[in-house]
Formats: sequence, C-alpha cells, structure tokens
Amino acid sequence: MRTVALPDLDTARAWRDAARALVAESVPPEDVQWTCGAPEQTDLFQATGQGREADGAARTCARRQASVSFNVPKSFVDLAETVAWHSDPERFARLYAFLWRLRDRPVLIHDRGDAALAKLRAMEKEVNRDKHKMKAFLRFREIGAPDAPRRRFAAWFEPSHNVTEPLAPFFARRFGDMDWLIVTPRRTACFERGEISFAPGQPKPLLPEDATEDLWTTYFRSIFNPARLKVKAMQAEMPKKYWKNMPEAAAIPGLIAQAESRARAMQEAAPTLPPLRAGRIRERLHAPGVLRPMELTFNDLRRKAEDETRTARDGYGRVVLGEGPHDAPLMVVGEQPGDVEDREGRPFVGPSGQLFDNVAEEAGLDRKAAYVTNAVKQFRYVQRGKRRIHQSPDRSDIEHGRWWLDAEIKLVKPTLILSMGGTAAETLTGTRKGILKRRGHVEETEHGPVFLTVHPSYILRIPDAARKAKETDLFRADLAAAQAHLEELRAA
Amino acid sequence: MNAMGRLSLQDKLAILSDAAKYDASCASSGTARRDSRDGKGLGSTEGSGICHAYAPDGRCISLLKILMTNFCIYDCAYCVNRVSSNVRRARFSPEEVVHLTLEFYRRNYIEGLFLSSGIIRSPDATMADMVRIAKTLREEHGFRGYIHLKTIPDAAPELLEQAGLYADRLSINVELPTDASVKSYAPEKNPVTIRKAMSEVRQKREASRDRSHTGKRPARFAPAGQSTQVIVGADGATDATILGQSTRLYTGFGLKRVYYSAFSPIPDATAKLPLIRPPLEREHRLYQADWLLRFYGFAVEEITAATPDGNLALDIDPKLAWALANRHLFPVDVNRAEREMLLRVPGFGTKTVNRILTTRRHRTLRYEDLSRMGALMKKARPFVTLAGWSPGALTDTPDLRARFAPPPEQLSLF
Repeated sequence: MRTVALPDLDTARAWRDAARALVAESVPPEDVQWTCGAPEQTDLFQATGQGREADGAARTCARRQASVSFNVPKSFVDLAETVAWHSDPERFARLYAFLWRLRDRPVLIHDRGDAALAKLRAMEKEVNRDKHKMKAFLRFREIGAPDAPRRRFAAWFEPSHNVTEPLAPFFARRFGDMDWLIVTPRRTACFERGEISFAPGQPKPLLPEDATEDLWTTYFRSIFNPARLKVKAMQAEMPKKYWKNMPEAAAIPGLIAQAESRARAMQEAAPTLPPLRAGRIRERLHAPGVLRPMELTFNDLRRKAEDETRTARDGYGRVVLGEGPHDAPLMVVGEQPGDVEDREGRPFVGPSGQLFDNVAEEAGLDRKAAYVTNAVKQFRYVQRGKRRIHQSPDRSDIEHGRWWLDAEIKLVKPTLILSMGGTAAETLTGTRKGILKRRGHVEETEHGPVFLTVHPSYILRIPDAARKAKETDLFRADLAAAQAHLEELRAA
Repeated sequence: MNAMGRLSLQDKLAILSDAAKYDASCASSGTARRDSRDGKGLGSTEGSGICHAYAPDGRCISLLKILMTNFCIYDCAYCVNRVSSNVRRARFSPEEVVHLTLEFYRRNYIEGLFLSSGIIRSPDATMADMVRIAKTLREEHGFRGYIHLKTIPDAAPELLEQAGLYADRLSINVELPTDASVKSYAPEKNPVTIRKAMSEVRQKREASRDRSHTGKRPARFAPAGQSTQVIVGADGATDATILGQSTRLYTGFGLKRVYYSAFSPIPDATAKLPLIRPPLEREHRLYQADWLLRFYGFAVEEITAATPDGNLALDIDPKLAWALANRHLFPVDVNRAEREMLLRVPGFGTKTVNRILTTRRHRTLRYEDLSRMGALMKKARPFVTLAGWSPGALTDTPDLRARFAPPPEQLSLF
C-alpha cells in the first residue's frame, strides 16, 4: 500500500503529476491511498512504513515520466482539474481509478452511461456550481478609505468545496484596480497591487459596516414584484445556506410576508384621476407633425429617384419606380428591374413582365388596376462584352430597396400585397426561407397581408417544357387565389 | 424641480428601480470577453452571465436595473410610468447612475447596468443622456462590466450608433403582440419605427462583423446582440399570434432573445386594463415554446396545432403536448433515431441528445444509461424504445395525457 499526500495548495496539479507517475509505474488503484491537507512545504510523496523505498522509486519515475508517453484525453484532464477541488475525501481515488480504466479504453471518457464517470461528472458539476455561487453571492465590504488611489475591500465566504484557490484569478481579472481579501474557512486569497497570494483559512473576521449595503438592500426590495411571488424558484437558485453572508437577504422574510397584501392593494385600488400635467403634455404631443414626421409624396419620390440615378455606382442601373394607380388595392412586388426595364425606366416590361401579364390575364387578375413595383429598385449587372448580365441583389441592395418600397407602400396603402420570389419575400416578411412551401398563402406582416408566390423568371429558367407548363399552371393558380383573396378582403 | 431636490439618493433608487422592475430581461451573458487584469479599470465579462441574487419573485438580479427617470410623456396603458399615472417621480443625474453602478460593482452585487428611461422632452434628448452615462462609465472609469441600454425607438441614428459602441446589448420593446394592440394601448408608440430601429441595429451589427478591404475590423457593435420584450395577457392575442411574432423577430431582425412578461398588477393602474392575476404559467409555457423554436427545430404551426384555440396547453409542456398529438411517430428507437427526432422526445434536452449521440457511437445504449445522461425518464418512457425497455401499448393508451397532467385544484382568488 502506498500513500500519496497531496499539498493543500495547487492540489490539482500535484494530483496530476502524482497520478502520471503512478500510471507510468503501473501501480493499480487498490494499492494507492490518497491524502490531502499536509503542510504545504512537505514532499509530494510521503512514504508510510514499508512504502518508503517504493516511493523513492516513484520520485525517480516522476522525473522520468516526461519520456514515458501516456496520452490522456483532454477532457479527462479538465475533469480532473475540477474534481480535485471537491471536498469529498474519495475524490483522488475515484479519479485515479477511472484514469486506470482509461489506459486501455480511451473512449470511456465519452461514455455518459458509465457509472464511475457519471459520478465524476456529478462531482464536477457540484464544484462548478459552488464556484458559480461563490462568484455570485460573495459580498465585499470596503475596508480602506473610499478616496484612496487604490481602494481596499474584504469579504467572508463559506464555500462547500475548495474553490477559493481556483477562483482567485477570476476575482483578479474582475477587480483589477482595487485590493481585496477573500477569507474562507479553508483558504484566504489576497490581491494586492496586482499580485495574488494565498494564506491558510481563518475564522470569520469582523469587517467594518459599509453604507452601500443599505442602498443595495433598497434596490433589492424595490426590484421585487409582489404580484409574482415564487419563493421556491428563488430558493432553488439561492439556497438559504448563503443568506447569512448576504446583506440583502435580511429583507426577504418581510418581502414575502407583505407580498400578498401589497398585490391585493394594487388590485383593489380604484383608478385615480390623471395629474393635471398629463393633459397638457398629451395635447402638445398629439399636435400634428410632432409624433409622426411629415409624409413623403410621389413627387418627392420621383425627385429622389432622379437624384440617385445620377449618382448610381458602376454596375447599377437607374432607380426604377413602380407604376400603376396611386390608390391601387393590389400591389405587386417583384425582384429588381432587368435589362429591358432599366432601359425603358418602367417595371415589368421585360420577358418576366410579359409572362406575368399573360398569366395574370388568364387568372383574372387585372394588372392595370394594380400598382406594380420591385423590392430592389436598381438593375444590378456585370458587363460581359456588349451584354449586361443580371446579378442577384445582395443584402445591402435589399436593405437599400427596403426604404423605397416602404415609402411606396405608405403612399399606395394597398389592401393586399402580392410578393413574387425570394427577394420580395425577404423584404416584406423578413425571410426568404421555404418560399416553395409558403407560396399560395397569405402572411400577416408590418405592411399588412402579403400573398406569397414565386417569381415569373423562375418559370422562364426551367428548361424542361412539361415542367415549365406545370409550374405555369401553379403560378396561374396562385394569381387567381391572390385575386380571390383580394376580393374577400375588399368585401370584408 | 424643487420637490425633486429633496429626494435622497436612496429615495430615488427606490422609485427608479421600482419603475424598472417590469422589464424581464436581466441577462448578462454572451458578450465579448473583457477583463481588468491590467489594473487600469474595473470589471470583466467572460461569456456566461452571473445572477448575483434572486428576489422572492424568483427572478434573477444580475444587473442594476434602473430608469434614468420615470417622468414620461407617453401614455401606455400597461405601464406604471405613463403620463397619466400618479406614481412618485424622480430623476437620477448621470453622475448618480455612474456612482451607483461602480459602487455596487465593486462590492460584487452586480454584473453591470441595465439602463432604461421614460421619455422626457424628446426621444433624442433622453437617448443622449443615456449614451452619456454609458460613455462616462467606459471612458472615464474604465468600466469593463456589462451595459444594457434600452433604446428609444424614435431617437436619431447617430445616437443609436454611439449606444451600440458603448453597450453590450441594446433592446427595444415591441411591448404588445400586434400592431393593433400597440395602437390602442400605447398610442404614442409606432410599431413601424420600432421595427425600423431594430433593423438598423441588426444592420450595424452585421456591418461591424465585415472587415474592411484592408482587413481591419470595425469596433464591435452591441456584441451581446439585441433583445425585446412583449407583454403577455394585457390584450387578447393568442399564443399562436405571440409566437408567430417572435419567429418574425428572430428571423427578420436577428434578435438574441424575445422576453415574455406576464402582465402584472401595477400601482395606480388605469381603468383601461383590468388587473388580473398575472398569467405566470402561460408565460412559462411561452418560454418553453420559444426554446423549442430556437433549439429543437420545431416550427410555430407544429407547436400551436396541438390545441384548437391557438393557445398552449397550460397543464402540460408544449413538447409533451406535441408528442401526445403525434403518437404515430413514437416510440423512437434511441439507438438508431436521427438527432432531429431525438430532440423531439419529451424529457430529452439538447445536452442529453448530444450525450446519446456520442455514446452510441461506441456501444448500444440501455435504459439505465438514459437517466445518467440527464434524461427525464418519467416523461420519456412512453416515447422511447431501446435495449432493456419497450413501451408496448403504453404509447397509445388513451389516458396517457391524464398521467402527465397535474390533478385539478381549486384556484385561489389571487
């Protein structure tokens, strides 16, 4: 039997070194006894009785182990690093026993059904939770002068596991510009002028009163909503054992006791008359032009379109506005102007526009009565020889077009919008995903009801004649359904 | 102004935190990593948030959640600070907010500041004051903790731009599930400008991720993203409407979170909205459904189709309700099923599913393994089959739902 005594400080690393040496030496778990908490200066391998020589060998081994290669999965190293801070005296033995099995079967580390691993993971979780609670519920009090260049604070905390040491770097990262002292029963951590140091644990020190605690308790009392009392939920996250060191916890019993009567009083209180100033403020606020900016007109839009056309970037055509009655009940939104539309300065006059016209007529949808426009206002292309090749609009084109389309919708105020293709769907409903599933349906949007279908150019691009005919039929059915929906909306 | 001068800092804190408590969000997670190990500032953010205390309403207290002022020129019916309410009014000076934030932070009470405000004078003036507070904290005091600013929707874009550079998170509340209810209960708010502001934040966030042509990264803009809140139970909207709105917000504006806040009695309420017991259970079910949408691959229609009236069942959770309505898909073979299907088993969380997937690569799973992997077997049992367990006829028993639903109990008056 061999006894390994681990130091109180830097325990996780000491365990790892020791375990590595023992594995290299093939010492089975049942032959090792682990202890922790020896004075910090003592030797790592403290031999008891007849184990002395063997431990000497282990020491040699520890020095030599760099050359002996034994690869442990990274996730086990992390697990051990955390479990080593657990307060269970069995923790080192459990880790070593698992490590022993891991030698032959490294995949064991992924086996969440293994009972030994499940236990270690549970311990890991307990340590992590304890660390988390210490980060959360530790409370500092000021122990120096508030106007000192480097302020000084101290806290007393009682963690369930040995987490003060591994947490010290966290507090150092967080409270970098002040000195602090964290006292716990098993370990004291100190941070002075940027240096962390440790000392043994101490009993609870007497810390000076701190006036900020009253402000904090005031906040705690006021942020509580008595109409939604959920004591169990609070206690699940903030168990009572922590309360004694938290200044605000003293207020809890009172808050719980009064909650019901406070909530009832709010409910039973009769509505009061609004204060005098309310009327005056409301009157001023609702004067025309105060809340809503002045509306644009079609003339403003046309002027702006001309301005932007003059300054259009390379690869972009002119701004092509929509066309149709300014009070049309139906607005049709396509993708962007094409080559023909750009040359003529009118929407829907190219091949897609013609297809749309034909199918619309068959479906009983009167294009002349609709306001026809595009989600993106400028033709985007790359020049190839004499031809301009259409480019799909990107995100910034769509965002740019959104402003124009918004303005047009506000002016026309259509009863129904017919959205054709992905770009229009993205602009109007926020997403182009699943357009083939969503087609033929109406979606409620900020712009009112939007009827979704595909873009006519989608049909033009289908090479197979039979499929093309089938898709044209579907498109026709969509347009007819849109027309029917529009009539329904207008009748309502 | 004179009356206000007599309020102590403690009085103001009581008034202005009381006024802020109806905002549910208190998250302090998911932002850029920062620390003050260099000794030149104060604070750190390391990914996961920390809840420094819990109030008896079960809510976490992570941030100093206060209003800059609860004076407000708007008249939103559901709000304790509306112009027509008779609550006590107060106003912090920017220095007071900075002082409270730093002193609380130094004592490890908080992760940072969540600053909101009533609208005073004009949206721009209010927003400018809030930005100034965030700027002072960051630049004069080297504060590296978390800052969440509630944006004023009508404020100028330049102010929004600055807010995003100092704050970790920005939020704008959509408040109510439909435009119609915003119009009737918050007459001065405009849903269109709210959405416009949200889309501006999204664009600025996306732009801040693109490198310039020299490969330089622009300053991070609101690294913890944007969130919003919707009040549940003040208007007649169904859960289907609310969840539909959430989906649009998540996809359309890239929101990190939508918070649901059960409409709760407030002091000095208006006659417009009768005070009821806050629908806490409904709020809880909405959060569960929200999780199913974001992490479990459910579509809104699937979740809401389980009940005919468009509201989620209150007695059982939405995933279980879905499974009970789709029993033909069960039992699922845990050793073979795909990830998508495993995620749909009641009692299996995302972590459990990941553990199942990694372990079954090496060996066949048995029934005993599942609870060690974190599965809630009481819920999962009728829906799974694997070595050592077969549900037999249990999956299709007519009274399966009744086994999960809690026994009916007498509702207390309040």
